[in-house]
Amino acid sequence: MAPFLVNGYFGDQTSYIIEFIIGIAFGFILERSGFGKSTKLAAQFYFKDLTVFKVMFTTIIVAMMLVFFTTGFGWLNFEWVGVNETYLWSQILGGALMGVGFVVGGFCPGTSIVAAATGRIDAVFFLLGTLVAMFGWGETVELWGDFYTKAGYYGRLTLDQVFGLPTGVVIFFIVIGALALFYGAEKVEKLVNEGSKS
Amino acid sequence: MESKSKGYWNPYMGGIALGIVLFLSFFILGNGLGASGALQRLVAWMVDVVSPVYAEGNNYWGHYFADGRSVFDHWLIYEVLGVFVGGFLSGLLAGRLKIGTDMGPRWTKHKRWAFAFAGGIIMGYGARLARGCTSGQALSGGSVLAAGSWAFMLMIFVTAYATAYFVRKQWI
Repeated sequence: MAPFLVNGYFGDQTSYIIEFIIGIAFGFILERSGFGKSTKLAAQFYFKDLTVFKVMFTTIIVAMMLVFFTTGFGWLNFEWVGVNETYLWSQILGGALMGVGFVVGGFCPGTSIVAAATGRIDAVFFLLGTLVAMFGWGETVELWGDFYTKAGYYGRLTLDQVFGLPTGVVIFFIVIGALALFYGAEKVEKLVNEGSKS
Repeated sequence: MESKSKGYWNPYMGGIALGIVLFLSFFILGNGLGASGALQRLVAWMVDVVSPVYAEGNNYWGHYFADGRSVFDHWLIYEVLGVFVGGFLSGLLAGRLKIGTDMGPRWTKHKRWAFAFAGGIIMGYGARLARGCTSGQALSGGSVLAAGSWAFMLMIFVTAYATAYFVRKQWI
């Protein structure tokens, strides 16, 4: 039963090789989707090119459905799948900072690695900034105290538990919502880009 | 549109492909994708190179060395090396390997570099506070319905849109 690594089908050494291959696929797809280019990423926030949104949400709904169905068929033990624990307030504040950093810097950490790999100098500066911040984080983490370690801590909490609905229902609503937003995104792109040409 | 003539994939196709990759990661390994955690390990390694005594005795940096393993003995490192290689290969095959800087027509290279650096600082710090970035929280946490990851993702879009107006000259 999956996940195979957690279930002891193979060890760390093998898993690192698999991680490397998965990473290659991840980087390849990001570059192919245009995520190695800051102007394309930033265009999301001016409604000119909503590729970031489309790729992100398609990824999420596809992976989400596959995880759900394989769990339903009994092929995957969801209890063994890593689910990020909820630390609500540090995640909200961290996300808020990252949104600002995204539109100021033009990348997120993953896309900056892809962009740097294809020769983008702005991505190298972004990465340097990220490394500086991570050093700064290590030196200041204790100042955050309970805000970082306890505020809004709910452990392993999933949306179906939050809403008290069956998982399948939550997934259904997310997929329907995503499809509606994709339709809206196509309309918005057309409107904005026609408007700027005339 | 310009972006389509350069051989980028249809975004929905890219999303389906990435969704399958993310699922395989969960299915085979039990974890999603990540990026910022590997960078944090790189920094921990640098701190250790500069001063092993400080790094290994420090509350925060010390936990990277606590089990006696190398900081690089972690799945994130291998995955992110793969991301670099995969990005490079895709760029190579598409003829997109080119040294340069991307920005809007009203901006200059040096201002772009300064903003990229500043943005990297804000984002790097935010990613640590949130315990993950767009890969580790939004994509991975989002697809397994992690509640905090959805709140995180929503906030990224809210503040990015709220800030966009003030830095518009950089991009459009």
